[in-house]
Amino acid sequence: MDDSGDRFPIGMRVLAVDDDPTCLLVLETLLRRCQYHVTTTSQARTALTMLRENKDKFDLVISDVHMPDMDGFKLLELVGLEMDLPVIMLSAYGDTKLVMKGISHGACDYLLKPVRLEELKNIWQHVIRKKKSDPKEKNKTSKLDKTTSESGSGLRSAGAENSDENGKLTKKRKDQDEDEDEDKENGNDNEDPSAQKKPRVVWSVELHRKFVAAVNQLGIEKAVPKKILDMMNVENITRENVASHLQKYRLYLKRISCVANQQASMVAALGSADQSYLRMGGSGHFHNNAFRSFSPNGIISNLNTPTGLNGHGFSPSGLLQLGQSQSFNNSSNDQLKFQPTITPVNQNILQGMPMSIGFDHLQNNSSKGVFPVQNLNTDVKPTFPIPNRFPDQIPKVTTSSSHPPSLGISNNGLMLETHTEGKHGGIGIGYGSSSSSVSSRHSDFSFSMLDQGRHSDNWSSVVPLSGIQTNSFPSSDCFRQTAIPPSDNMASLPLQAGYPGGSLADVHSQGSVFTNSPEYINGNLPFQGWEDRNQDATYHSNITYGSINSLAPVNGAVVPRGQTTSNSTLHRNLDTKFCDPRQMKHAGFADLTECSSSRQPRVNIVSQQKFSNNLGSLEYLASSMMEQEQDKMKLLGGDFICDSYSGGVSL
Amino acid sequence: MEQNQSRIQLVAMKQSFFDQGLLDEQFIQLEELQDDVNPNFVEEIVILYYGDSLRLISSIEQALKERNLLDFNKLDTLMHQFTGSSSSIGAKKVKAECNLFREYCRAGNIEGCMKSFQQCKKEYASLRKKLEAYFQLARQVGSSEAACRSK
Repeated sequence: MDDSGDRFPIGMRVLAVDDDPTCLLVLETLLRRCQYHVTTTSQARTALTMLRENKDKFDLVISDVHMPDMDGFKLLELVGLEMDLPVIMLSAYGDTKLVMKGISHGACDYLLKPVRLEELKNIWQHVIRKKKSDPKEKNKTSKLDKTTSESGSGLRSAGAENSDENGKLTKKRKDQDEDEDEDKENGNDNEDPSAQKKPRVVWSVELHRKFVAAVNQLGIEKAVPKKILDMMNVENITRENVASHLQKYRLYLKRISCVANQQASMVAALGSADQSYLRMGGSGHFHNNAFRSFSPNGIISNLNTPTGLNGHGFSPSGLLQLGQSQSFNNSSNDQLKFQPTITPVNQNILQGMPMSIGFDHLQNNSSKGVFPVQNLNTDVKPTFPIPNRFPDQIPKVTTSSSHPPSLGISNNGLMLETHTEGKHGGIGIGYGSSSSSVSSRHSDFSFSMLDQGRHSDNWSSVVPLSGIQTNSFPSSDCFRQTAIPPSDNMASLPLQAGYPGGSLADVHSQGSVFTNSPEYINGNLPFQGWEDRNQDATYHSNITYGSINSLAPVNGAVVPRGQTTSNSTLHRNLDTKFCDPRQMKHAGFADLTECSSSRQPRVNIVSQQKFSNNLGSLEYLASSMMEQEQDKMKLLGGDFICDSYSGGVSL
Repeated sequence: MEQNQSRIQLVAMKQSFFDQGLLDEQFIQLEELQDDVNPNFVEEIVILYYGDSLRLISSIEQALKERNLLDFNKLDTLMHQFTGSSSSIGAKKVKAECNLFREYCRAGNIEGCMKSFQQCKKEYASLRKKLEAYFQLARQVGSSEAACRSK
């Protein structure tokens, strides 16, 4: 940007957007007084067009919150998503809620009108900050190629493995993802050896949609990157980007299909409970989508980090369900929207779902009734690969009603185990299993995340999961990373949910939620990646789902109070290990329990996995979104506690 | 003499605005932005404000006509913009009334909204008059000064 680099901040190119002409003129004058180069517009759409036509034309965007043609937060998200420019929000009101919303949507700053000159004199810092945290953008292609090839193989094998332990693969994958997905977070992933920052390609919902459309048109067998790229007809995307994305997508599909099978059986087992659960979402429709997206790892993983999750511990996925039903109500409609895009719910789930890790286990345990997820949409594969990454994250979100955290989140296996106690083992995520109670819980949970309020369109409409957003964010990170193993964690929803982009603002997270290292959320990552991450017990703390705690520490399986015991175990497991759903089983639960008691139940989003089924793409997207979110979050700094997650989430 | 008197008068007038709480520091900031390049900046802004906010005011009035079926969200949004504009020119009292309105709006208090809006309009109109007089005088002073300079 520095057009006059050496004289920076002089000459910094600012785009000012405000529908009020008085304010706009004052702002413009002030900015000029600071010696910036100013462009103004009163229409958000015009601003977007200007930005889109040339991303390098501006260094910073200042926008009012309320605008007639488009919500300021939405613009904020879009800008962050597509152009990755620092955005400063302006408003006449400075309520904490609004500010939080802005931050969670990705704003670098929030100024109150009337803006003072002194404040404007300092805004250039955001540009610098952003640039710094954006690693070598220039490094793109070469590294990308490298990564792509690596990831390719890694992915494949990872996909095959699914079952736990492929730490290596995961890692590789993770790396790839990181590279590919352009982790904004440069610091966060320690694991990413390559740390090569390619210019970040943000797989926005629209982009992903185009991608999926192209793939479908070509036929999954014949879909080759080059052709897909041509069909998509999008600039700034290289063949390599598409290739890596395709890999992930394939993996995701695979997972979905696996999970679907399992789920089917589980659903049968779970029976009605789930159904109700699914219904809960109200959006029913939603669930599918939501879950789909979630299932892949992303969602669940986030859940694990209860912190974000609404404390309900509901596994994000689970919650999502619930939330969906209930919370979704919050965003529910939005979420439903998600479906095509990535049901918002998913987002939440993703976010909250650290669980994905658990799914692995869940799947295995399916008998356990793990799949509360069933409720979700029945598609939802119970096994949400709870991103094991976050051990802590174990999304306590036991989506299934009262299901103890088994939600899959953590340890899919775990969840199931614990659940057996009373619940069906339902997928930790609260989905299915106890469906009854879960639903209520979930609502809490999931939507705690979702509610976060942010959800308001966080991800440019993709992730309607507003509710979860807040919570989910943390998870979103998680999700990304969570290589949602078993299930299709392709939480395609890049966790927009909650994130919203910011939206994550809601991320309750008690701040910590975010910790789910954004990496996880990739969802694409077959949780393998998480293994590393999961270890993070810290997640527990993150997920402050206070409420969850009570619920049953088991986030995943939001176990009904009574179940606490079981939950605790679940939690325990979940917490600790989200890492690989497979692994997580035990570890995760154990952790979960711990966590639950102490902290907030992790969201056992285990069940998330299931969600992914439908969403397939959504998941993928979700996960990527999550990443994005995470990235965003990272930027925000926030509380995201993504701590230990290896990788990255540390926002 | 006259010129001086006018100038003194001008200064006094402005001071009274501050004393009465009609204007705040933002106005001062606007004045600081005024320079040779933008000699009438403040006046321009004020004119712009009054011109643009008219439609906002009428929108709010329109919305308030719904009486018992007020759409508080819409009102809040409209008022948000009005508040923003008012604060941008430093209209302190107007802004205060706007905030009051916002509170009522959030509380769903119809009566409160009506009342505070009336107050808003009153302050708004009164400030307008005063500022008009102020700028007129300022122009006089300015032109007479210019005339002096040219001499």
